[in-house]
Amino acid sequence: MHLTNEQEKILDGEKGEVMERLFRLLFRLGEIYRADSMIPVGSVQVAGVSYKSIGNPGMEFLEDMASKGAIVKVLTYLNPAGMDLENWKKLGFPEDFAKNQLRIMDAFKKMGIVITSTCTPYLAGNLPRFREHIAWSESSAVSFSNSVIGARTNREGGPSALAAAICGVTPNYGLHLWENRQPSVKIKVEVDLKYNSDFGALGWYVGKQVKNKIPYFTGIKDANTDQLKALGAAMAASGAVALYHVKGLTPEADNVKKEGLETISVGKSEIKGTYAKLNTGNTPDIVIFGCPHASLREISTLADKLEGKHLKKPVWICTSRMIKEAAERMGYNEIIAKAGGSIVADTCMVVSPIEKMGYKTTGVNSGKAANYLPGFCKQEVCFANIDDLVEGQL
Amino acid sequence: MKGRTISPGKAEGEAIVTSEPIGFYGGIDINTGIVIDKGHPLEGKSVTDKILVFPCGKGSTVGSYVIYGLKKNGVAPAGIINKETETIVATGVILAGIPCIDKIEIEKIKDGDKIFLDADKGVVEIK
Repeated sequence: MHLTNEQEKILDGEKGEVMERLFRLLFRLGEIYRADSMIPVGSVQVAGVSYKSIGNPGMEFLEDMASKGAIVKVLTYLNPAGMDLENWKKLGFPEDFAKNQLRIMDAFKKMGIVITSTCTPYLAGNLPRFREHIAWSESSAVSFSNSVIGARTNREGGPSALAAAICGVTPNYGLHLWENRQPSVKIKVEVDLKYNSDFGALGWYVGKQVKNKIPYFTGIKDANTDQLKALGAAMAASGAVALYHVKGLTPEADNVKKEGLETISVGKSEIKGTYAKLNTGNTPDIVIFGCPHASLREISTLADKLEGKHLKKPVWICTSRMIKEAAERMGYNEIIAKAGGSIVADTCMVVSPIEKMGYKTTGVNSGKAANYLPGFCKQEVCFANIDDLVEGQL
Repeated sequence: MKGRTISPGKAEGEAIVTSEPIGFYGGIDINTGIVIDKGHPLEGKSVTDKILVFPCGKGSTVGSYVIYGLKKNGVAPAGIINKETETIVATGVILAGIPCIDKIEIEKIKDGDKIFLDADKGVVEIK
């Protein structure tokens, strides 16, 4: 790999221990994946924020970096934390957990990272442009930025994204290169998808089948960004899909090579079967929306459905602090609170310690959440559409 | 067998093999090294001090920290062998200093095989 004189100096330790350590990680990744050079990144999104996910080892690693003066060079956002950073006490998050979570946030802040914890940075002020090179790590945000926006990022691990933020560059390989953005499998969708959860089911099914391939979808007539967010998130969770194309909908779909690809058909029975497979529980103790973080449109839809209703069991809607603020101004939060629901910001059901908060069965409309909740939160899952989930809590 | 060095070092141990991808985040307990991914062929088994053999990573990108955490907690595998190591696993093993190579025909390794892994040279020996 070609390094500039300046970059050689970093490896020689002239820019300090932290820079050397982090640049060496990028350099080694670049050598493994045969990058020709380092390229500047426009923005970074760092995963590995929740204390629950990274534990003491991750916390100590971050504090070590921060104490040695690591500072980011580009706009850098964070993945969800393990709790609502303002409202954690009221929502019942454990005190000792909160203490450690706040230590982690302090370390990030010291490094100049914007303390907005969200898996939808593109809805909250970190929006890359078409063909911009970025280094993002949250798997659904990677999928959205690559596929729906047409920006270019590999699936970065938490530490490699942090290294890119602090060094301002990433090795030029993988999805940064046009030849690697070509589809490797065709998905023929032969069923009408109505609910966002239908897109989640499709994504979960396809991710399982194609693992880390690049799917090219046909037969999806229309989908808004919430639905594409649900589709990509589920594929990245059940598989390792970092980029997909949808005929007629995503920006690179027209220009990629799609001849001679193996084809997988997905019909009604596959979607129905996926709903059945993801349902491991009977009745939810709690229903959680917003995986990935809810958009303003999703919150407004829920406010409509909850207006004047009375919930018997808890409903959480997870979102970013910025979207919560907008929802507040529109009066949605009040409507939802009156019905007995909660808007939860900065965190989500997957990275928060819900299993320690007395919940055993969680209802979700997200294929990604349905994938992670059993293993990581020891939850039984009810995977259903928004109408059935809301109805069940009334 | 000869492969590609992902993270240097040497390791020796018993192979624990799966043909399914592994997602470290939510898939392996950071404190115990036990596989907790529901329905995974390795569910309930410990990866600690083993040579962990799997085709590729999957799932969340927080997996790198989990690999690093397994090492810090003293419950990490002694070495990792993949068909194709993607960035998440690569970042984790480099940071943790766990020997790892890929581009290996992992079908030739059986559960319980005694493995010598020389990741400096990118070589796997089945004893």
